[in-house]
Amino acid sequence: MSEQAGHFGPFGGRYVAETLIPALDELDAAWRAAQVDPEFVAELDGLLTNYVNRPSRLTLADQLSRAVDGGKGIRIYLKREDLNHTGAHKINNCIGQALLARRMGKRRIIAETGAGQHGVATATVAAKFGFECEVYMGAEDIERQKLNVFRMRLLGAKVCSVESGTRTLKDAMNEALRDWVTHVRDTHYIIGSVAGPHPYPTMVRDLQAVIGKEARAQLLEREGRLPDAAVACVGGGSNAMGLFHAFVPDAAVQLHGVEAAGEGIATGRHAATLSEGRIGVLHGSKSFVLTDDDGQILPAHSISAGLDYPGVGPEHSWLKQSGRATYAAITDKEALGALQLLARTEGILCALETAHAIAYLPRLCETLRPEAVVVVALSGRGDKDMSTVAQALGVES
Amino acid sequence: MTFQANRIVRRFSELRLKKEKGLIIYITAGDPTLAETPGLLEEIARAGADFIELGVPWSDPSADGVVIQHAMERALSTGGAGHGTLGKTFAAVQAFRAQSQVPVVLFGYYNPLFQRGLRRVVEEARDAGVDGMLVVDLPPEESGEIDDLLARANLSRVPLLSPMTTPERARMIAEHGTGFAYYVAVTGVTGAGHLDIADVGRRAAALRPSLGALPLAVGFGVRDPESARALSEHCDAVVVGTAIVQAIAEAPDAAARRKVAFEKVRALKQALTPS
Repeated sequence: MSEQAGHFGPFGGRYVAETLIPALDELDAAWRAAQVDPEFVAELDGLLTNYVNRPSRLTLADQLSRAVDGGKGIRIYLKREDLNHTGAHKINNCIGQALLARRMGKRRIIAETGAGQHGVATATVAAKFGFECEVYMGAEDIERQKLNVFRMRLLGAKVCSVESGTRTLKDAMNEALRDWVTHVRDTHYIIGSVAGPHPYPTMVRDLQAVIGKEARAQLLEREGRLPDAAVACVGGGSNAMGLFHAFVPDAAVQLHGVEAAGEGIATGRHAATLSEGRIGVLHGSKSFVLTDDDGQILPAHSISAGLDYPGVGPEHSWLKQSGRATYAAITDKEALGALQLLARTEGILCALETAHAIAYLPRLCETLRPEAVVVVALSGRGDKDMSTVAQALGVES
Repeated sequence: MTFQANRIVRRFSELRLKKEKGLIIYITAGDPTLAETPGLLEEIARAGADFIELGVPWSDPSADGVVIQHAMERALSTGGAGHGTLGKTFAAVQAFRAQSQVPVVLFGYYNPLFQRGLRRVVEEARDAGVDGMLVVDLPPEESGEIDDLLARANLSRVPLLSPMTTPERARMIAEHGTGFAYYVAVTGVTGAGHLDIADVGRRAAALRPSLGALPLAVGFGVRDPESARALSEHCDAVVVGTAIVQAIAEAPDAAARRKVAFEKVRALKQALTPS
């Protein structure tokens, strides 16, 4: 690895135990070779088309636009990752990493999951390609995402309940790292976000970049121009990096990431890592982190299990610090409102994660010119969240 | 680098002269309470440990097994290590240093050091009587800044090697190391239970030429005097951590904890001492 490989400005790198370094080198080399191997590329493209159902649709949300644009005639498009097989963007990454794991001769796959979407996507590709599969999931998340736990088990994966620490996504990732360091010779770890040590942030971004690449081409075809803004929710940040990547060189396209403000920034119960965190090291890379003066990692909070994470991918930290992207935070309550608004205006039930991006739109539209064009990553569908939403709205599910 | 002989280097020279293998004992600062830490360090030193690794408790110890995870949770919740973790750890070392000259290596994860400020941490460590640092999640590719600071403070930078490390990489790692190199004997977390001593011997022998004059310590999965003794054939020092932490955790009170720490370390030291 060269000095600069895997670094985004001062962020990124590899902060892991020595045992994992050779595995990361192996993965990096395999990924670089695969990317330029026509056979690998063709197989991946074929699976994305015929298994994942790509390209995903771009839906003009005209009713939603009218509801949030303050009469400015802004056109909001939804990039429909919810229509992918398994119901979220996570599968884009898992398909690619599964092919890579097979190429490296691994027989076993592990993953961490928060909301369970990445766990389901991992269990899916493990079934499809014949890997043994174990998914680490915080005990608290297992409780609030029962449907996804059941889906993973039906797909043949073992779901391991993580009882340590805050019993959520960060602890699931610790446990997956412990598994990997123990079984590193025959196991591939599919990290579900643009986080972790190099090469994960780059590799996962490249596998998710199909979102923005398609959206960019679809908008050029439909609107004849690039959007004024691209918007996505950010937990670890994979759907956002996937959408943003194609637009980063287009200086006129604003990039907006939306984090979880939980019960409100002032309450301290939030997951707004980029807005409120500081630079630190967690799970293998240097990035913004929710941490105290002692370097202890602070518990995050969000109604959305997928955003409930005290870290964030290092490239987002760099996009923030360099000023290329801006990041805002949306509360649990605002997200719940946006989920209902999207349901009633467009007939789409989105995931609670995605609802954070939707909830940000009124604020964004205030700053945009009339007749602006906006693209939002509709990162996942909401079935998994129905009991959480019902509970939050005080109705029986 | 003008590295002078600190307590770690001197102790390895003494051991070499006596043709003895070193014993390195790990405990977690603040487990079960910070008040007990200096006393436990003294018992461990009095029982014959040649070096002590003192763990800095962290909220997310992803390279540690469940025994040390729980030790860190105890330290941070009821052990009083939660606010000002590193400052309190240094104070414990300072209290111990008034009683003993056994070398102390700080063993921890990077974020606590990074948040406090590397320069400040290294100065405080030196002033407290720490002799070296081992940062679990800081491979040489990312360690340039702290390496320089440690070298200037004459503190050892203890690097890690693993069964996955190639001889070429071991050479590069050894160049960043001073004091000794720590070979993690198994792929796994601390306390892993599948130590194969013959295999460790083969791998250690393969890595040795890459290390130059750097002494080689081996740990992970060493539970009892017999395996410590067998392992010592293949290295310069043996590390025992989880077995001690577990014994301390199972003891009913402070007096019993001191007693069991002393007895465990004494038995290990006797197994390593030529009769």
